[in-house]
Amino acid sequence: MEVSFDRHPDSYRHWKLRVDGPVAWLEMDVDEQGGLVPGYELKLNSYDLGVDIELHDATQRLRFEHPGVRTVVLTSAKPGVFCAGANIRMLAASSHPWKVNFCKFTNETRNGMEDATEHSGQAYLAAVNGTCAGGGYELALACDRIVLVDDGSSTVALPEVPLLGVLPGTGGLTRLVDKRRVRKDRADVFATRSDGVKGKTAVEWRLVDELAPRRGFTEAVAARAAELAESGTRPRDAVGVELTPLRRKATADGIEYTHVTAAFDRSAGTVAITVRGPREGAPSSVAALHEQGASGWLLASARELDDLILRLRTNETELGTWLIRTDGDPELVLAHERVVLENAATDWLCNEVLHLWKRTLKRLDVTSRSLVALVEPGGCFAGVLLELALAADRQYMLDGPPVDDEDSPERASVTLSRANFGPFPMGNGLTRLRSRFYRDEDHVDRLARESDRPLSAAEADGLGLVTEAPDDLDWDDEIRLVVEGRAALSPDSLTGMEANHRFVGPETVETKIFGRLAAWQNWIFTRPNASGPDGALRRYGTGRKAVFDRNRV
Amino acid sequence: MPEKIDYDDKIPNNVNLSGDRRLQRALEGWQPKFLDWWGEMGPTLRTNGVYLRTAVAVGRDGWAHFDHVNVPDYRWGIFLAERDADRRIGFGEHAGEPVWQQVPGEYRADLQRLIVIQGDTEPASVEQQKLLGLTAPSLYDLRNLFQVNVEEGRHLWAMVYLLHAYFGKEGRDEAEGLLLRNSGSPDAPRILGAFNEETADWLAFYMFTYFTDRDGKYQLGTLKESAFDPLSRTCEFMLKEEAHHMFVGTTGVDRVVTRSAQLVRENDTLEIGACGGIPLDVIQKYINFHFTVSLDLFGGETSTNAANYYTAGLKGRWQEGRRKDDHRLTEGGTVLEKPTADGTWTTDEVQTLLALNLDLRGEYIADCRTGVKRWNRILEENGIGFRFSLPHPGFNRAVGLNAGFRVTPDGTIVDEATWAANRRKWLPTTEDLAFVRSLMHPVYERGRIASWVAPPVNGVNDKPFDYEYVYLP
Repeated sequence: MEVSFDRHPDSYRHWKLRVDGPVAWLEMDVDEQGGLVPGYELKLNSYDLGVDIELHDATQRLRFEHPGVRTVVLTSAKPGVFCAGANIRMLAASSHPWKVNFCKFTNETRNGMEDATEHSGQAYLAAVNGTCAGGGYELALACDRIVLVDDGSSTVALPEVPLLGVLPGTGGLTRLVDKRRVRKDRADVFATRSDGVKGKTAVEWRLVDELAPRRGFTEAVAARAAELAESGTRPRDAVGVELTPLRRKATADGIEYTHVTAAFDRSAGTVAITVRGPREGAPSSVAALHEQGASGWLLASARELDDLILRLRTNETELGTWLIRTDGDPELVLAHERVVLENAATDWLCNEVLHLWKRTLKRLDVTSRSLVALVEPGGCFAGVLLELALAADRQYMLDGPPVDDEDSPERASVTLSRANFGPFPMGNGLTRLRSRFYRDEDHVDRLARESDRPLSAAEADGLGLVTEAPDDLDWDDEIRLVVEGRAALSPDSLTGMEANHRFVGPETVETKIFGRLAAWQNWIFTRPNASGPDGALRRYGTGRKAVFDRNRV
Repeated sequence: MPEKIDYDDKIPNNVNLSGDRRLQRALEGWQPKFLDWWGEMGPTLRTNGVYLRTAVAVGRDGWAHFDHVNVPDYRWGIFLAERDADRRIGFGEHAGEPVWQQVPGEYRADLQRLIVIQGDTEPASVEQQKLLGLTAPSLYDLRNLFQVNVEEGRHLWAMVYLLHAYFGKEGRDEAEGLLLRNSGSPDAPRILGAFNEETADWLAFYMFTYFTDRDGKYQLGTLKESAFDPLSRTCEFMLKEEAHHMFVGTTGVDRVVTRSAQLVRENDTLEIGACGGIPLDVIQKYINFHFTVSLDLFGGETSTNAANYYTAGLKGRWQEGRRKDDHRLTEGGTVLEKPTADGTWTTDEVQTLLALNLDLRGEYIADCRTGVKRWNRILEENGIGFRFSLPHPGFNRAVGLNAGFRVTPDGTIVDEATWAANRRKWLPTTEDLAFVRSLMHPVYERGRIASWVAPPVNGVNDKPFDYEYVYLP
């Protein structure tokens, strides 16, 4: 089955999005029969990938299409139920790769909500109007503020450990202790009791921020939302940019977008990804950028790349190595990025475009594929596009003329710009350059001085920006050997190794979620205690109790 | 020094209350709150004494002690059925092991949840029936209302006892929560939907005690099988009292039908509203409503929770001991009838273990049929052709497989328009309710009774019908 990430609010099956001045209401109303895959019913606002794809679509559109929205109220349209979390039967029936990919995507969407709160002045407010368990509470945890209905029975809960023998997989444990600073002993009690915590105790333990009575709950939430909106920074009268449908031609051999192309080589297990630079000059002003809307190069290319990453991760799990190229004029790339970099502080759209690129690059960072950047003549690895190369596990740069035209004077180059020194941090909070040259600030400073001019292969090699710089005679063979060698290694060990090498330095909530939490979770998922025939996850819903191997590992 | 409360005197019990300091402390905190709740949420009508049965011991003589009692001074007792020292777990993965006298840590949350849900229904019905005393059709009925109410109060005590005695601080918090949630409250409603509906008139009260309290009987019956012995013994004793509530319901509807049949015969018309009787089709609509709302209380047809509770030994099946199977239910299937979007019924086979709610509901429906048969016999004896029936279990449902479908009382799946056009024929209309309410005038004179209901065949405890069951100010 091929999963598409195209959605539009007009045809959401599981959500209702309503914008009321500076406040948007995002109401979860999951269609029980609307599962992405047959075989389970999405009862009690439980979700699967399909539900989360709509949520992701809504969060993106809120940022671009509704610049005036300062508070997003996340709530449920079902009485007495907020959200019961990821659908257990779906999880139990899913393959391991599907579960892992599902968790990754849901994590990215929740991180995106926090990103909107922090960087877009669009704060999320969870209005928990009923039972809120597991992934449902994790969804609330990703919000800036949590209001719980005080009806004497509604609880928040993380019942994964006691009921399913797995972990809350979308950041629950991390956000509990890191973000909300819940004391670890209380977190321990909370995460081991299936029935959750309600009312005053939930506030006292910092599991929620405040309670509101059942009668007039919506009004209380609306008042709180309006209050949050007061302090928001988004412009009052801005006109949004419509995220028009992506133009995409998908075949068995690849996917073609306006600015991005992916060609599959199934026998080699590779995808050749090419991101094309702009063909025209940069918009002359911020107003012109607004005028271009979704067709502006930076926005369009980010959306296309984002969509490609999501589709490849979900639909093409056997294509384990991505070869990333660029094609175009580096000067034009720099000109386009300059408009948004210079105006991001004052213009909401510039800011959004920047953050969309940031999130897309972060997706690349946590993608479980070997990433190899190929810097060739005719490419445009400059500024923001150079981040693609820096995100890769290895960078190869051709030192010489194009392989098929030895007389050409054209040479490969990379260009550093201010885009490489701050606006696109990784999940660890560091730029890709500072991650690459961890604790070598002198070198990063030196690189900054080399900004804004094309660097040759020899220079780039000398500055440590590429892994190797083969000449035109060696190039084809060299790249072939790299790809073939890679394909021969264990995909699991590669995923683990790459994830370890990519994230140096400090831990953040994000790195913990994608590293510590996800890795433990994915290990637990494959253990017999969860997924064996008598494991807790498999036995859930059968009425039979799990049988555990009592050895602590 | 505060005066020492003599608990054995105030609270008749067989749980060694006077010797249990922990329990005393808990009840000291709770009892005043209970009395406040009773004062605020209990029966509105003030009396100077009601002829009530009080349980003072569990034995044959002790459980039915009759006397006039000033209701706030009613001695809400705590009783568990006698302990069977050899009792063994009858089902699930612990089958054959000795029953538990303490809560196993593993099942603490589940047991607490089961007890809280059961406990939440007990005071709820007292709240729902709060105003009924103002319109009782006779002193006999008024007395029965109070009896039902104080027993629901006692059942609350029984659940609170379990929470206090076995679930520590959390149990005490939950016990307090049972008084903080209130039926129909916009802020903190009762947990189950049916317990937030007002019992607006006496026909509804009889229907409630017939259909909804009968659900209670079946739930208690499953908890009586519990491996947690104190819960089992508590429920066993509660079932005795629940039987009285059923009696009030069964004979109550009997008496309404009897009176209506009499009016139909005397006036030779089914239109007996004008002569102060309740037309048979209105009674049928009440049956339709109360039966189906009560079916919702059984939860979804398939239930993982119920299956887990069974495997764990927390909650069994109705008359588990008489079932002839392996009492583990890990094999075998049950056929389930499901409505489909194209308007037909289809069947689905599910694991028996997952269909325990359906199993219990089946027992309940069979039991309800006996009532309908009884009422039809009255019509037959009066030479009336009209017959009552139970609607299809898919009719008017808000919970389970049928929720979201429109099913007629005879089991046809129809569209929204057909439903809307016929709803008035099937469920009590605003006019029906207003009409029944218009008949509700209090009759407080000894030996007299309202126009719409026949007097009982027997009085309480061999007293005649015209006995002064309630002393009014």
